[in-house]
Amino acid sequence: MSEAKKIDWKGVDDMPEMAVSLSTMRVNKTASWRNLKPIIDYDKCKPCGICWKFCPEPAILLKEDGSPVIDYDYCKGCGICVEECPRKAITMHREER
Amino acid sequence: MMKVIMGNHALSYGAKLSRVQVIAAYPITPQTQVVELLSEMCANGELDAKFVKVESEHSAMAASIGASAAGARAFTATSAQGLALMHEMIHWAVGARTPIVLGNINRAMGPPWSIWTEQNDSLSERDTGIMQVYCESNQEVQDTVIQSFKVAEKVLLPCMVVLDAFYLSHTYEPVDIPEQSLVDEYLPPFDPPYKLDPDDPHTFGSLTDAKWYYELRYKIEVAMNKARYEWKKANEEFENIFDRGYGLVEDYKCEDADLILITSGTITGTARITVDILREKGKKVGLLKIRVFRPFPIDEVRDILGSAKKVACIDRNISFGHSGIFFAEVKSALYNLSNRPPIWGYIAGLGGRDVTPESIIEIVKRTEESDKPEELIWIGLKR
Amino acid sequence: MRLTIPEEEIMSPGHLACQGCGAALAVRFVLKGLGRNTIMSIPACCCTVIDGPFPYTAYGVPIWHTAFETAASAASGIKAGLDVLGRKETTVLAWAGDGGTFDIGIQALSGAAERGDDMIYVCYDNEAYMNTGIQRSSATPYGAWTTTTPVKHPKNRPKKDIVAIMAAHRISYTATASIGYPEDLIKKVKKAKESEGTKFLHIIAPCPTGWRSRPDDTIKLAKLVVETNIFPLFEVENGEIWKLSKKSKGTPVIDYLKLQGRFRHLKEEDVQTIQMNVDKEYERLLKRCESA
Ligand SMILES: Cc1ncc(C[n+]2csc(CCOP(=O)(O)OP(=O)(O)O)c2C)c(N)n1
Ligand SMILES: [Mg+2]
Repeated sequence: MSEAKKIDWKGVDDMPEMAVSLSTMRVNKTASWRNLKPIIDYDKCKPCGICWKFCPEPAILLKEDGSPVIDYDYCKGCGICVEECPRKAITMHREER
Repeated sequence: MMKVIMGNHALSYGAKLSRVQVIAAYPITPQTQVVELLSEMCANGELDAKFVKVESEHSAMAASIGASAAGARAFTATSAQGLALMHEMIHWAVGARTPIVLGNINRAMGPPWSIWTEQNDSLSERDTGIMQVYCESNQEVQDTVIQSFKVAEKVLLPCMVVLDAFYLSHTYEPVDIPEQSLVDEYLPPFDPPYKLDPDDPHTFGSLTDAKWYYELRYKIEVAMNKARYEWKKANEEFENIFDRGYGLVEDYKCEDADLILITSGTITGTARITVDILREKGKKVGLLKIRVFRPFPIDEVRDILGSAKKVACIDRNISFGHSGIFFAEVKSALYNLSNRPPIWGYIAGLGGRDVTPESIIEIVKRTEESDKPEELIWIGLKR
Repeated sequence: MRLTIPEEEIMSPGHLACQGCGAALAVRFVLKGLGRNTIMSIPACCCTVIDGPFPYTAYGVPIWHTAFETAASAASGIKAGLDVLGRKETTVLAWAGDGGTFDIGIQALSGAAERGDDMIYVCYDNEAYMNTGIQRSSATPYGAWTTTTPVKHPKNRPKKDIVAIMAAHRISYTATASIGYPEDLIKKVKKAKESEGTKFLHIIAPCPTGWRSRPDDTIKLAKLVVETNIFPLFEVENGEIWKLSKKSKGTPVIDYLKLQGRFRHLKEEDVQTIQMNVDKEYERLLKRCESA
């Protein structure tokens, strides 16, 4: 995966001449956007890839065997995976903070 | 090789000698011959460039910027309405730091429709951050294109090469067109620090809030300041190879002058002849031609004008509600000097009205006879 | 398990799209289809913001952010630059919203298409100017609320037929796609990549914020808009051969409309008018497909 280094310059001389990107948005953990947290019930999940396919972040990773893992660092809790899961294996839960 | 060519073709030859790689332009009188000759050069293989025949000047500049971002040397040319349409993208070229060279034929803005010369089109781009160079002869036009790429690519700012409609664009003059090998020696290939490259992916121009936008603007100003030095250096190197050169400004018979005229563009030629006429009559008149307008040659202007008793600035442009634009610029450059000459502001030649030696003699006479500077005098106005 | 779309993720998470954003999914799918040897030109739109602030990026390929009306013209220039530098294999992707395509950018788009400049132009359509706060565009559908078409005066004109306009340029490939059907979408992206000159893809991308819909309904809406024939999926080759990509289910439009707050004010007769218009447009499309 591409690096995600935080960039903070002291001042103008440290910066590039123009607004050019030097790192990725992986530095921006969007977990804090989440009010509801999707949780996969692995007893119900028969890996089909649909939740992975429709995640807009993407914040669902696939393990070797194809079963999905939610990356809670980035999941914004939109609920698409819950809605699209054909086996109703994902449910939303109140976020505990 | 000496060739008698029109000013517009001098722009085309300058672009060709600079080995431009992408041209994106849209026709407008009085610029058309620039792009016609370049399309011909591309079509017959004389020039190994891609000509994008865009549907507007806005797209011409957007495409030039895209090409430059991809790492290609890009050129475009326009005039008046076309330049105004490009305005948004001129800001973009500056902010993106794409060193495009833009030929602009000075033409008056409508309405009413006019195709004749006036500087309000290019001077309206004053605060964008594009460099601006005003030319006096076809030779200077061709050479300035080559020099512009050299400086622009050093400081990563676009540059506008400016010439008067018809008085230069359509006037035939002998021009020394140098050997390509000499130009290649002078102008290395374009090699930007960053470019659009899938092997090294970067994003350009992302949303930038107050945390860093300010610093990025500061860098543009630093680049402009550096450009002052780069223009001098580019000119010295040019002189070494081609045996001719141009400064940020040119001063003519200024050392002992009591009255110094300020001009830009083709009025300069007329003024130079007039200075000679007046000198023969024993009048101590000098001439300061401002060639590079952005970055503004503050030091040169101060050095040369500091010793004069009177200064008269001739503007083929006007900032309505204020004064001529070169006048305002020169005046502000002098303001912090403890010893500064009074300066008279003359508007002349708007919409292509001829500015003759008689017009300039009148300007000198009025300046001599006046003891209090006037800032907005319309020369040749029919009353 | 067999994946139905390419596994590699080019877009990274951490981007700034709203929850359930259809546009973010569109970027993710199209980049999966094109791969990393792609350069994107993006005018002002939500996708400018989604990419993240300087000095960060989320999309994973080189991005050229450009002025609102210049997605196509900037892409033309990038392509010309790559060509002279001998990098002909790189795909240039112009990526604009409906406002940047149907409205302010249509001149540059038409110019590029007429010249046949080699690029894929994607219009991701969320049916309004979302980035500036949900103002109507010429892609806003009849009857919809936006902040400039308030419920007392909802939009009273149909959506501009952009695909017909692009097909009329006789470009090699034009198609519609929906983020609800990523396999079809990616197939079309790949077809566009293999076609010559200018290619145009019109992708419907629901916007929960602007459509006043639930974020978790994004995919459902992206499917319903197709199933109701409001946004049928089809392809046009060389401006002549029209082909339907999916058979109609003929789902009543109300099933789609009722999930969105932007249509909440509609009365029964308005819904009937919309249904009639949709049926008529769909008939027209079928005729085009038959005659082709
Ligand atoms: C010349 C110009 N006019 C207006 C704007 C303001 N503006 C920025 S984005 C935008 C709307 C974009 O709408 P669309 O293309 O549909 O993309 P969306 O935001 O919906 O994704 C507007 C009006 C601008 N940036 N430039
Ligand atoms: Mg939109």
